[in-house]
Amino acid sequence: MTSLDGHDALLPGGEPEPRALDDIAGAGALAVLRRGLAASPELRAGLSLSVLMTLTVAGGKLVVPLVIQVVLDRGLVGGTVRLGLVVGAAGGALGLVVATILFSQIVYLRLVAVAESVLMGLRLRTFAHLHRLSLAEHTASKTGVLTARVTSDVEALAKFAQWGAISWIVNSVQIVGVIVLMAVYSWQLTVVTVLVHLPLLPLLRDMQRRQLRAYDLLRTRVSDMLGVLAEMVHGIEVVRAYGQREAVRRRLHGVIDDQYRQQMRAARYFSLVLPSTDIFGVAAVAAVIGAGVHWGAGWGVTSGELVAFVFLVNMLVTPITSLGETLDQTQTALAGWWKILDVLDTDVEVAEPDVTRTRRLPTGALAVVAESVEFAYRGGDRVLHGIDVDIPAGTSVAVVGETGSGKTTFAMLLARLADPTAGRVRMAGIDLRDVAADDRRASIRMVPQDGFLFDTTVGENIRFGRPGATVADVEEAVAELGLAPWVAGLPGGLDTPVGERGSSLSVGERQLVALARAQLADPGLLILDEATSAVDPETEQTLEGALEHLAEGRTTVSVAHRLSTAERSGMVIVFDRGRIVEQGTHGDLVVAGGIYAGLYESWLGSTRSLSTR
Amino acid sequence: MRAHPWAHAGGISGGTVFAVAVVGFTIVVGRVTDEVIVPGLDSPGGVDGVDIWVAMATVALIGLVRGVSVMVRRYFNFMAAMLTQRTWRLAVVDRYLDAPLSFYRTRSAGELLAHADADIEAAASMLMPLAFSVTVVVLVALAVVSLLMVHPLFALVALLLFPTLALLNQAYTRAVEAPAATAQALIGRVSGIVHESLEGVLVVKTLGREQAEVDRLTEASEELRQRRMDVGALRARFEPVLYSLPSIGVLVLLLIGARLVGSGSVTVGQVVQGMTLFSILWLPVQIIGFLFQEMPRSVVAMDRIDSVLAVRPEDRLDPRPGLAEVPDTVAVGFDDVSFSYPDGTPVLRGLSARLDPGEVVALVGATGSGKSTLIGLLSGLMPVDGGRITLGGVDIAVLGPDGVAELVAPVMQETFLFADTVRRNLVFDRDLPDGEVERVLRLVAADGFVADLPDGLQTILGERGVTLSGGQRQRLAIARALLRRPRVLVLDDSTSAVDPVVEAAILANLRAHSGRTLLLVAHRLATIRLADRVLFMEDGRIAADGTHDDLLSMPGYASLARAYEEAGS
Repeated sequence: MTSLDGHDALLPGGEPEPRALDDIAGAGALAVLRRGLAASPELRAGLSLSVLMTLTVAGGKLVVPLVIQVVLDRGLVGGTVRLGLVVGAAGGALGLVVATILFSQIVYLRLVAVAESVLMGLRLRTFAHLHRLSLAEHTASKTGVLTARVTSDVEALAKFAQWGAISWIVNSVQIVGVIVLMAVYSWQLTVVTVLVHLPLLPLLRDMQRRQLRAYDLLRTRVSDMLGVLAEMVHGIEVVRAYGQREAVRRRLHGVIDDQYRQQMRAARYFSLVLPSTDIFGVAAVAAVIGAGVHWGAGWGVTSGELVAFVFLVNMLVTPITSLGETLDQTQTALAGWWKILDVLDTDVEVAEPDVTRTRRLPTGALAVVAESVEFAYRGGDRVLHGIDVDIPAGTSVAVVGETGSGKTTFAMLLARLADPTAGRVRMAGIDLRDVAADDRRASIRMVPQDGFLFDTTVGENIRFGRPGATVADVEEAVAELGLAPWVAGLPGGLDTPVGERGSSLSVGERQLVALARAQLADPGLLILDEATSAVDPETEQTLEGALEHLAEGRTTVSVAHRLSTAERSGMVIVFDRGRIVEQGTHGDLVVAGGIYAGLYESWLGSTRSLSTR
Repeated sequence: MRAHPWAHAGGISGGTVFAVAVVGFTIVVGRVTDEVIVPGLDSPGGVDGVDIWVAMATVALIGLVRGVSVMVRRYFNFMAAMLTQRTWRLAVVDRYLDAPLSFYRTRSAGELLAHADADIEAAASMLMPLAFSVTVVVLVALAVVSLLMVHPLFALVALLLFPTLALLNQAYTRAVEAPAATAQALIGRVSGIVHESLEGVLVVKTLGREQAEVDRLTEASEELRQRRMDVGALRARFEPVLYSLPSIGVLVLLLIGARLVGSGSVTVGQVVQGMTLFSILWLPVQIIGFLFQEMPRSVVAMDRIDSVLAVRPEDRLDPRPGLAEVPDTVAVGFDDVSFSYPDGTPVLRGLSARLDPGEVVALVGATGSGKSTLIGLLSGLMPVDGGRITLGGVDIAVLGPDGVAELVAPVMQETFLFADTVRRNLVFDRDLPDGEVERVLRLVAADGFVADLPDGLQTILGERGVTLSGGQRQRLAIARALLRRPRVLVLDDSTSAVDPVVEAAILANLRAHSGRTLLLVAHRLATIRLADRVLFMEDGRIAADGTHDDLLSMPGYASLARAYEEAGS
């Protein structure tokens, strides 16, 4: 249901809302993790694997300084080499490292398997849930946002799972392991190391915050640039025909320069973070050497231990900075995860009835009754007030009214694309809420305004009208509507591809396909939301003919924009500001001289010509 | 690289200093071990306080140099990459603005945006690792030399280790390339399915195809999962090895070193020096691996950018002097105009017609007869293939697209409004008084709804602002055209969404107040009847020319008119 006519300056695919750091509403990473685990229990297996992997990798890394210490202290005593010990120690370490490699390979593979299946599950569940949500959730502006949940947000999580998550696991444990080993060798030197590194933490946090802000601003600049560019691309004809090229060029150059400037501002932090940590690390090495040599003997530190210690200090730098650099990726992934979980938690408004409670609709044309129906969108004002209508089976009804009068909403309620907030809709005396989904779909069919088609052939699109329909059924439906000549005129007949969203066909032709689809479905109630855009006159005639055939043998409710529809109908309903103000046959209403009569006059005055023929 | 020599030079010199500092650091640590640590802790005498301070200072100093050089290197490498991006972006954008309209016909909007953004990022992503790899080469060379000076065996271990690391990296990137590319393509496919499905959510609901859609996505997701598992399996196989190789190197060095220390060929400090070197070196080599990984993607992106930059810009002509003296209305002449689509399909075949100054002419023809093409040519959007179009007697080819834009204002079938204020949409950057703008809005019966908008003329339109109905947009588009004070106003079915009564009023206003030459493409009889004259197009040329009533005697025209009439509103 598109509410936009023509082209607006939309970014392709719709721009998802900007990632906000406060999107996680201060709940913190742990809250996200808890919620995520609840939604994807398969993740637990992944956690235990992660722990295993962690210990393995950490062990492998820490072996080196350990062996160095052992060799230097016990292997090289007073200038002589105890080769046996050295070979034993180094050899043992080598074996351990190789074992670590093999073990990591296995664990890593399992971890990837778990992550991928969790992601796929999340994507499919979110997608299915989105389709279950009522139409009110799917307004034109939200489609882009919702699509982002299933695509880019899941992708952000995937990227995080591949790189960030592993980084967190491996690096955190490395830091902890290093500090533990340090403490074993000499707690005093450990204290020295920690003291030297202490100023680093607030410094890093401050830089981190500024960096994130700079990158956030950069993202805004980038989307600004893309926005201006998209506008130019979509409106290039207007830009040129109205001589706006230079003005647009200046504007584009401006946003590109802004982007560059912001990139360089972010660059400042990028260049500072890692080296700063490095410098602190070196300072710690110097401090350790100094303290170690000066007081080491008193503290019981051997030369081997000191050398090992120096190696351990070096092993602190990389994990700290790696963690810092994954922070951004982590934030994005966590925010995305939270939003996905929000979608999964959204209530399904149009709940399908309990199997035991369903009643079947009769075949053939349906009688439609609306009793005191009211409707308001979630969190919005009332759109329909006290609608009472009684449509006998087989009548063709024209619903008229200005844009925003509620006629389209009314049509949606008849198709149960949403439920009334008060009152009820009955088909053949049965409350629509008590009808099972498949029964409803077989008996009530809505042909929407915008002629959306799937990216396949004409024939396939028509076949979607009824599950299990054959090509012969399609041809029959086409012939019944008098569309056979038109289909014959298409380059590939029924096998003509329609392109993305049906773009290879004209607006009118897309409507023809939609009508054939409805004919194939053979519903008891047909709801037509007529297109407002002008259809080329040749197709118009075919369309008229098809509509007439389609209306035979069923109840038809058309949201009308054409004079001829109202004239042809058996009953006209006039909507105004959410209420029905007039009801009756076309003839009666014209004579009554009310709102409808006025509309009819103006329609007449503009279209009929006094033909000389 | 040639484009921004200073930035690159900064990066490379920073990198070189870095390389020297790295190796220097290891040497210092080695010496310190020998002269300070071992004697300090192992020998009974200990070591002088001064020596300790000297050791600390040296370590700190060279560490500082190393750190600062990294900052310099990163900053300048980044700058070089960003400057290059900027240059390319400006060039691509300029190309877009200067390209002939045919350029746009063959490319989708998504493609064009990708060229300006994703492709440029991909192409430039190679630059930083490239600069860094120069550093790494220097680093490795220096490292090998320093090890050689200690003992040839050490250098041997290094010479065995580094190439192994590099080769493994290359093997890994090559193996992972194909499944990674497939996975990337599959992500695109998954996105496509999701987009289409959610855009058509109404149709999916009415058809009850939800399960079918979920099945469709499941199939694509499953394939994606498997490809990603393939990539994951490769990573699982290679990465642990790559991470651990340096450790193995250190241990081997320890083994050999211990032996050599025993025989007195090297000192403990030198062994420490070697091991420190190894443990620092694995990261740079990883970055080279990353470079190999990025390279194919960058090259492909660069090719795409090159193809855009290779497009020949349209010739731009300076506006003819004396254009200001052009009278308020001009005659429009079509002399034997021909035009064909790029694929060769002819659209206009020798079309000739003339519009007198101030005339209101309706252009009528069946769908596909070439009306919109004619309008595009008249607006200077495309050049004619044959014949010529004149304005006030002057060939528009001489005037150039900008010159034509001064004289002709087209209002297209599909209204395009910018996501900006109403005022800026109407007058762009010009400084017209509000009164003038309102006068024109009155002419097109748009003053009412504009006044009702929350901020009047300053209301922002578009996705982040107010959405207007089709009829309102069309009226604004006509006002926009009028505000350019054109000599020729062309309306291509521009009142289709406007209420017929209002449409008649607008057209009457236009006729009475603008005094311009007006060309209308119309599908409504009421509109056609408002014109002085009708041009009936058929088969790419004017088949008939006269008043509406005159033309009714032509069977082709009459049946078309009847179809329009029956089509109703």
